[in-house]
Amino acid sequence: MVSMNNVEAVRSALDQALKSDKSVVVLGEDVGVNGGVFRATDGLQKKYGKDRVIDTPLSEEGIVGMAIGLAVTGVKPVAEIQFSGFLPAAFDQIFSHAARIRSRSRGRFTCPMVIRAPAGGGIRALELHCEMPEALFAHIPGIKVVCPSTPYDTKGLLLAAIKDPDPVIFLEPMRIYRAVKQDVPEKEYTIPLGKANVIKEGTDITIITWGSMVKYTLDAVAGLDDVDAEVIDLRTIYPFDTEAIIKSVGKTGRAVVVHEAPKTSGFGAEIVATINEKALDSLDAPVLRVTGYDTALPFARLEMQFIPSKERIIKAINEVMDY
Amino acid sequence: MVKKVIGKFEVEYLQVLDEEGNADEALMPKLTGRQIKELYENMILVRTFDDKAFSMQRQGRIGSYLQVKGQEAAQVGSVYALQDKDWLFPMYRSSGALLARKQPMHLLYLYWGGDERGLKSPENVNNFPIAIPVGTQIPHAVGAAWASNLLGKKEVSLVFFGEGATSKADFHTAMNFAGVYQVPCILVCENNQWAISVPRKIQTHSETIAQKGIAYGVKGIQVDGNDIFAVYKAVKEAVDDARAGKGPALIECMTYRIGDHSTSDDAKKYRGEKEVEEWAKKDPVLRLERYMKKKKLLDEAYKKKVLENAKETVEKEVKKYEEYPAPDREDIFKYTFAEMPQQLKEQFEEFKNG
Repeated sequence: MVSMNNVEAVRSALDQALKSDKSVVVLGEDVGVNGGVFRATDGLQKKYGKDRVIDTPLSEEGIVGMAIGLAVTGVKPVAEIQFSGFLPAAFDQIFSHAARIRSRSRGRFTCPMVIRAPAGGGIRALELHCEMPEALFAHIPGIKVVCPSTPYDTKGLLLAAIKDPDPVIFLEPMRIYRAVKQDVPEKEYTIPLGKANVIKEGTDITIITWGSMVKYTLDAVAGLDDVDAEVIDLRTIYPFDTEAIIKSVGKTGRAVVVHEAPKTSGFGAEIVATINEKALDSLDAPVLRVTGYDTALPFARLEMQFIPSKERIIKAINEVMDY
Repeated sequence: MVKKVIGKFEVEYLQVLDEEGNADEALMPKLTGRQIKELYENMILVRTFDDKAFSMQRQGRIGSYLQVKGQEAAQVGSVYALQDKDWLFPMYRSSGALLARKQPMHLLYLYWGGDERGLKSPENVNNFPIAIPVGTQIPHAVGAAWASNLLGKKEVSLVFFGEGATSKADFHTAMNFAGVYQVPCILVCENNQWAISVPRKIQTHSETIAQKGIAYGVKGIQVDGNDIFAVYKAVKEAVDDARAGKGPALIECMTYRIGDHSTSDDAKKYRGEKEVEEWAKKDPVLRLERYMKKKKLLDEAYKKKVLENAKETVEKEVKKYEEYPAPDREDIFKYTFAEMPQQLKEQFEEFKNG
């Protein structure tokens, strides 16, 4: 076991994957000599060479387009998009091709690849660097979306994503890249995609969240004396762990979903709909959402007004509890 | 202060066979009489397939279709330079290339009839599914070629796109990566002069498409795309170079879209008949016939036989398409992921019972 933070866990997973699978390559802007703008790939080019940890020209649609060609013909690309805000440039390649190669070729060709992107706000970064686009990608059939919150999960989920036979978007919350440390095994291990983690057990209310919001939700519920909240870290956005949600809501009868992205058509809506479809009878109160707003993510000075705060999370929990 | 010329560039043009069917023997690629006949027979088969597809669309027997007519030499000549293990990245107007590359004809009709199964490449050859968005397939071809280098294989990629696609970012980013990593990729631009209603001069102020290679450190050449010998020669040399580790090439085939953009388009709205007539005189099939006649490779009896054989093959394949078993509705769910996730499993159960 080694104590590491989230970004170190990313690096440890990449190191492991490059070591154990010769077909794995890491590619992206500044991932080689520079080791990535967040140091996620620090030292890897030195260890594995320029042909396996590859500095590319500055083109997100190029990186993802290349990764598709590489993946189809037997290389296993782990592409880094420097910030999630640059993912839209590659959207056509993801939506029109990566997602449907298996389907369009009737299984003759497949596209096993991972696109990693630091995501989410809260680090006072420049505009268009900090969006949380999980719902955009979860809506594309053929794409899996992962968003870890702890170092242990980050490593295990990234290794699982790299082994997955289909394309995976791996969103790494920047705000907690270095905010938490945890003991993580040095050896290779995987955490299955599609499985949530009950990160805090409780009896009164279920909070479903993911990414950096997990940490801030845990902070919020720790301050509640009279409410015993259960917190589910969804970990994988698509496919998501319906069973874990329903089981928990069945126990608590109350639920709140917390996410950073805008409210309308956010992934919280999907979770609320699923609870309605499968556990309406268990509910003692309507399910509330604590989310960003249907606005552009504000620049650094006002971004914390947009991202769900501890106070907003507590207010929603109390509202559901008092219903 | 210094002001001087720091670079001078040239763009080559290649034509082997003129419109009258005279070949420049010094430029003629190495092809036996049998091979020339094979090229001719392939072009006739493509044209017969294409005409039939057009009329079948009019009769409602397939859906929308995009004709190859006029571009047979560019497509058949290009893929003739490939080996089966190489990778072909076709676009929506590449039916000719696919036919010449062992894609069963009835599968092509099946695709244009609205059935995914038609896109499936036979196992013995690497034909990527046709790209429908414009130009998005170009990065895939460069990526696949890059993989060939990284994996130490000797596989070459060849991608088709039109001159309209050269306005898109995908073309430029792909050319850039191809140059930087010196990958074994042949980028074939079928410059057919029209992107639906937009003429070539509105796509780019460049004199040629070929010269766009210069900016990316990629060899570029313009060829007479209606001259199958020029196309084959340029592509074969590029393929041999690529396989030998000498990097990518951009080949601009000057050709013409004789038909409408698609079966939903009417080209009379935006271009004159005279222009079409002028280009019809440069027809790739007619030109090869003239050459073959002069070389005693073709007489009326042979020509008649080739046409009859092509018709017969097309009729047989149409029948095969029309008698092809209907798709299984459950197939909708089978190919989204290697294994259906929980959400999809539930929807599948609902679908099966619905």
